[in-house]
Amino acid sequence: MKEQPILEVRDLTRRFGLRTAVRDVGFELWPGEVLGIVGESGSGKTTLLNCVGGRLPADDGTVLYRTAAGPAVDMLALAEAKRRRLLRTEWGFVHQNPRDGLRLDVSAGGNVGERLMALGHRHYGNLRQAAIDWLAQVEIDTARVDDAPRAFSGGMQQRLQIARNLVTHPRVVLMDEPTGGLDVSVQARLLDLLRRLVRETGVSAVIVTHDLGVARLLADRLLVMKGGEVVEGGLTDRLLDDPHHPYTQLLVSSALSV
Amino acid sequence: MRADEPALRIRSLRKTFTLHLRGGVRIDALRGVDLDLFPAESVVLRGPSGAGKSTLMRCIYGNYAADGGSIRVAHDGTSVELVGAAPRQVHDLRRRTLGYVSQFLRVIPRVPAIDIVAEPLLARGIAAADARRRAAALLERLNIPSRLFDLPPATFSGGEQQRVNIAHVFIARYPILLLDEPTASLDDANRGVVVELIQEARRDGAAILAILHDAAAREALATRIFDLAPRLAEVA
Amino acid sequence: MNAMTEPVAEDGYNFAFLDEQTKRMIRRAILKAVAIPGHQIPFGSREMPLSYGWGTGGIQVTAAVIGRDDTLKVIDQGADDTTNAVSIRGFFRRMTGVATTERTDQATIVQTRHRIPETRLAEGQVIVYQVPIPEPLRWLEPRETETCKMHGLAEYGAMHVKLYEDIVRYGRIETAYDYPVMVNGRYLMRPSPIPKFDNPKMDRMPALQLFGAGREKRIYAVPPYTSVKSLDFEDHPFEVERWEHCCALCGSNDSFLDEIVVDDSGNRAFVCSDTDYCGERRAQGHQGAGMPAGYGQAAADGAAPGRKGD
Repeated sequence: MKEQPILEVRDLTRRFGLRTAVRDVGFELWPGEVLGIVGESGSGKTTLLNCVGGRLPADDGTVLYRTAAGPAVDMLALAEAKRRRLLRTEWGFVHQNPRDGLRLDVSAGGNVGERLMALGHRHYGNLRQAAIDWLAQVEIDTARVDDAPRAFSGGMQQRLQIARNLVTHPRVVLMDEPTGGLDVSVQARLLDLLRRLVRETGVSAVIVTHDLGVARLLADRLLVMKGGEVVEGGLTDRLLDDPHHPYTQLLVSSALSV
Repeated sequence: MRADEPALRIRSLRKTFTLHLRGGVRIDALRGVDLDLFPAESVVLRGPSGAGKSTLMRCIYGNYAADGGSIRVAHDGTSVELVGAAPRQVHDLRRRTLGYVSQFLRVIPRVPAIDIVAEPLLARGIAAADARRRAAALLERLNIPSRLFDLPPATFSGGEQQRVNIAHVFIARYPILLLDEPTASLDDANRGVVVELIQEARRDGAAILAILHDAAAREALATRIFDLAPRLAEVA
Repeated sequence: MNAMTEPVAEDGYNFAFLDEQTKRMIRRAILKAVAIPGHQIPFGSREMPLSYGWGTGGIQVTAAVIGRDDTLKVIDQGADDTTNAVSIRGFFRRMTGVATTERTDQATIVQTRHRIPETRLAEGQVIVYQVPIPEPLRWLEPRETETCKMHGLAEYGAMHVKLYEDIVRYGRIETAYDYPVMVNGRYLMRPSPIPKFDNPKMDRMPALQLFGAGREKRIYAVPPYTSVKSLDFEDHPFEVERWEHCCALCGSNDSFLDEIVVDDSGNRAFVCSDTDYCGERRAQGHQGAGMPAGYGQAAADGAAPGRKGD
């Protein structure tokens, strides 16, 4: 296979004072692949995601990203203007709490259209139509395109956040506990939606979750983090059904049937 | 795939489980398995409970990581080594070459049966309408009432779930099929349909490896029996 | 006939109230602002003998640039005779002793709140805007560090979200004052709460435009003949207000009109908001349809649009 990874993280380290939250973590992400990062609270998985996504400066390491234009760039060393532009166009970030990723008082259409406007789209009719198309994609009643998400349910807000990210057809989406805080039935619907979108758009995704059930259904491959380090990685069902590392065995045996 | 070359060639396959939560107990599940599986044959694994039949099947599917030996799979006109293969390579094998009917149906709770069955086709890029049409035809053949098509199978009976599981795998026409108790929990009529499906797949050239406790099905399907010896007791 | 005399400021105060060091500091900020059109420059805003919100930013800018031979005009909502204009004009008369005028074409400095005069400003003139909130991105980003970064990287796409929301709610861009503009194709700027009617006057204006925000401690500027473009959408282009009426006093059909309730039974009239412009036209013999009967009993204050921007 001549394909190359879209993202290569090497030796990523992040310290908070004397505590090392992420230590020498590396992984690859391949086109169209969903990589799950699992571990307990405090294992460093969200810090890792934030460092990769440029939301938190890393102390050390590289995040090589192969851009749509071709050349690979180190996101951590890139000039800020370029980095932010890439993050806004070719990357997406879905927050656990949709309040952090949405403008709650701006209409659903405005939320979806914002990235397009940032890219220079200046035709109201086209922007609104694009928003309507995306609302349909994420199974939100298109009649609500002009409503502000403050009045939406948690599941709808989360789906809107996903639409808002995917509207520019990003190549990499980072998700921090995207199904956390949702009712189980709502969670199932979101999982189904994410699977469909990943398949249809070919986007690559990194999903941080503490829920092994979510990881099983969404991720092609898993990394298990403990104390800021990756202790085991591999094919999702292999890792869950045949865990090798003592910590992974503990994690899997502690979960309610995954 | 040429009929005189094995679809699957297994040599000296070993699998050991180390149970860290139980003081590092090691269990030898497979010790030196050799097996060739050719296109258009149905090999039935035989052996007492605990002999490692399911373990072998899971190692072939990549669900368990083998510790030693070799599993070569004929894939895309070449032979791919599965032991130690990268996850994405395993994914590629699963998408196009290896079909696996497990004993349990594991799906996202909300997804309708018909979409579960259609998914392998969608993953290969087949249009949704076409995929659903083919999924419906297969479910119908497996006697799933059409009123159930749009319901998630979580509420189905055990036999219905099993048939959805079978449809999910058989729709994709994999050249290698791994079937772990495909006819368990089915009544006679439905067992007949499933046996027929397997026969058809074999006649179309699929290489089939099956675990079948049901004597009638085994009788009807097996072109060859492969005996797995009972494994040794746990070693500390 | 008055002999020309040196302006005399009130005893005990420095010329134009501020000390010379402060004026120098403000002038340095203004020079920077002129050098980077539309970019906000922080400055050490001083306590003034007025509360914030009454034009302290504009007053400090004016105080920093005014000289003894300047002629000052002060308007509030276009009028020379409203409270804010009268008190600021009085302040500078006492603190500088310079000449003041109500005539736009005779002023060298025009300090304004919420309007640009109808009479086109010329080269050599300076217009000083009083600014309540200088940051156009504030509504979508509360962090100053982040808005600085957005300006630095010209990340202005989200600004259109605000206009998008207008169209969602009202079917058109309803922002009527403080309408965001791009200056020199680079910096996004709030023009202060002038009606959008005045926005086109800012584009390539021959006069120097200075903006002072006292509470927010920011100064920015648009040098003469600089491009100032109002944001819009291709299918909802920028438009200014139009009235079906003419000015009841001078008959003007191309100036910004205030709607005035003239009596207790709700009769209304439309008159120029720019009192100097209206007066000049009448002096030249232009005449409107006249005020309805009963005018004069209404509140002297009138009902001016733009008040919601206070």
